[in-house]
Amino acid sequence: MTEGAKRAPIEPLWEVFVRSRRGLSHVHVGSLHAPDATMALRNARDVYTRRQEGVSIWVVPATDITASSPDEKDEFFDPAADKVYRHPTFYQVPEGVEHL
Amino acid sequence: MLGVMDSFQATIDADGRIEPRDAMPEGYRKTLIRQIAQHAHSEIIGMQPEGNWISRAPSLRRKAILMAKVQDEAGHGLYLYAAAETLGVDRADLLDLLHAGKQKYSSIFNYPTLTWADIGAIGWLVDGAAIVNQVPLCRCSYGPYARAMVRVCKEESFHQRQGFEILHTLCNGTPAQKEMAQDALNRWWWPSLMMFGPPDASSTHSEQSMAWGIKRHSNDELRQRFVDMTVPQADVLGIRVPDDELTYDEATGRYSFTQPDFAELYEVVKGNGPCNQERLAHRVKAHEDGAWVREAAAAYAEKQAKKMQGSAA
Repeated sequence: MTEGAKRAPIEPLWEVFVRSRRGLSHVHVGSLHAPDATMALRNARDVYTRRQEGVSIWVVPATDITASSPDEKDEFFDPAADKVYRHPTFYQVPEGVEHL
Repeated sequence: MLGVMDSFQATIDADGRIEPRDAMPEGYRKTLIRQIAQHAHSEIIGMQPEGNWISRAPSLRRKAILMAKVQDEAGHGLYLYAAAETLGVDRADLLDLLHAGKQKYSSIFNYPTLTWADIGAIGWLVDGAAIVNQVPLCRCSYGPYARAMVRVCKEESFHQRQGFEILHTLCNGTPAQKEMAQDALNRWWWPSLMMFGPPDASSTHSEQSMAWGIKRHSNDELRQRFVDMTVPQADVLGIRVPDDELTYDEATGRYSFTQPDFAELYEVVKGNGPCNQERLAHRVKAHEDGAWVREAAAAYAEKQAKKMQGSAA
């Protein structure tokens, strides 16, 4: 048997998101390898919900995720940094005004 | 480049978390890969000594519990391999390194499980020691590792309690059963103390790992914590920790105890423990025997993908 034949084919990486209960969003819990989406879902169930941690699972091919770059995080998020007037705490409320 | 590493150090200094795509020193990445891989390998090799008793568990209840525990160990391995992969390595490569003996796993799993009481001792002592080691890792500076450890720690607590329950049952059974529990404690006590690694003075990676926020407490500190926690539990079981020098210091509230034989630890790490060869050979065989399953799944996935393409065209 050659070295190449012995080595298993690399299974794609899937990112796993679990909704812990109705009313909450799916949250990223980790990743796993699986040959296809069906197996990825089954493996995700076995790896990430052995104790009823979820009522719904998403699996997404890791290669399909586009992420912002940590190198340019300052410039990328800059537009939000100097707009303090977007927060209610920016405004002064006169004494005695209620329900505002 | 200086700026990038400044931001790494600033995050560490502020006790922040480093995430996968952040710039990090090569040494930090390498240390984490080595540690997380070794940790992952320990989880899956650790399935063997316990798997040894699934078919001989004394009741259906014990068998179901033990199977759930061994499944958890596989799950812990997977969380950890996934965490290691965020550092830019492939799980398949890590497994190759394990199989070639180039990466280690915890030496504790190179000891045999001779009796049913050993399954109790593993849960109580080995998982107990693992918890002491792992709880601080939930605050490790590397985000994916810390998050994996949170999941692991939640599940370890069941492991430790089921082990203690096994021993508690034996200790309240016949004299022969209690003797079996004592024998297991005698054999697992010293290897459990070795799980915290060499003494601080001769620990090679400790100082840098502490500076990087990977490690939060020294080996000796954690070993002491384990002893303080475990000795009163042995008293409840009514069995004796096999250390003639063990004394309780009223003033500090801590036990003073005999250090394990670290020469033995180094020998086992080198590959000369009672089960090193058996564990690795079994692991390699299981991996090779499973090759056809991986190949079949890949072939099926490929066929389905082609069908999808065909119907889309």
